[in-house]
Amino acid sequence: MKTLVYLVIGTFFGILMYKSEAASWFRIFEMFEFGAFHMYGIIGTALILGILGVQLIKRFNIKAIGGQEMQLKSKNKSIARYAIGGVLFGLGWALAGVCPGPMYVLAGAGYVSIFVVIFGALLGTFVYGLLKHKLPH
Amino acid sequence: MNWIYDPWPWYIAGPLISFTMFILLYAGKQFGMSSNLRTLCSASGADKAADFFKFNWKKERWNLTVMLGAIIGGFIASQYLSNNTVEVAPDVITKLNVYGIKSAGEAYLPTELFSLEALSSPKNIAILLIGGFLVGFGARYAGGCTSGHAISGLSNLQLPSLIAVIGFFAGGLLMVHFIFPLIFT
Repeated sequence: MKTLVYLVIGTFFGILMYKSEAASWFRIFEMFEFGAFHMYGIIGTALILGILGVQLIKRFNIKAIGGQEMQLKSKNKSIARYAIGGVLFGLGWALAGVCPGPMYVLAGAGYVSIFVVIFGALLGTFVYGLLKHKLPH
Repeated sequence: MNWIYDPWPWYIAGPLISFTMFILLYAGKQFGMSSNLRTLCSASGADKAADFFKFNWKKERWNLTVMLGAIIGGFIASQYLSNNTVEVAPDVITKLNVYGIKSAGEAYLPTELFSLEALSSPKNIAILLIGGFLVGFGARYAGGCTSGHAISGLSNLQLPSLIAVIGFFAGGLLMVHFIFPLIFT
């Protein structure tokens, strides 16, 4: 039952990524060219509603299903890892034109080449795991 | 019935993304897509190579299920709900034409990079592979991607997420404005 719920959430998210064109290389390029408001509108509205909702959750101490705490932990304090990791991610985001969610969506949409990107992403994750202790965090 | 193929405008898509995040929060989970890459590495035996992959990945099966759903969603949307073209801004099309990408406005992804024929070019394979590598490496280094930092983290007013998102944009601008002219000439 729980598995089915997550499958439905994922399917909804996949349709959403494809239909909003957030999974399109062209839209990512357009965003970094400041060519249209589309992507900024998507991220901006998601963010405004997200901030409002999280504030409401905290103000009224709303619990997750079964009375457990919501997963709203603070992230570890650091600058280096977020700045360096962020820039590297951004370089890849613009080059391949996808972030991790849309990767899976495009695989389902039948773009065979996206498996090269996914393979690269798995490789990048693996290499990070190997080098983690040697990198500034 | 043409409306069914139309793309969703930003004022529909944005709220639905935060809806996705809140549904997952209500389920006691956190919205984050790139952690699946780590889970997949661990499930494939990467735990033998590095401590980073030694964790109980089976507890993350819920997220792999979301990922599987995203694959199904991509199939449904592309097959039944879309004409698989993206109308980008006219001056963006002009710019892409200069880069030799002529499929703008006629395809969902640039055929020059993503078609099967394009896979016969080592340069294109390198672009896709390096792009993917940077996304995977950068997401884990930064501890999250667009969903984990730009949506979840910023919604929770996390300064680390703000630093990461500024990094995402700095990297993207650097790539498009300084590196693309070198790659696509």
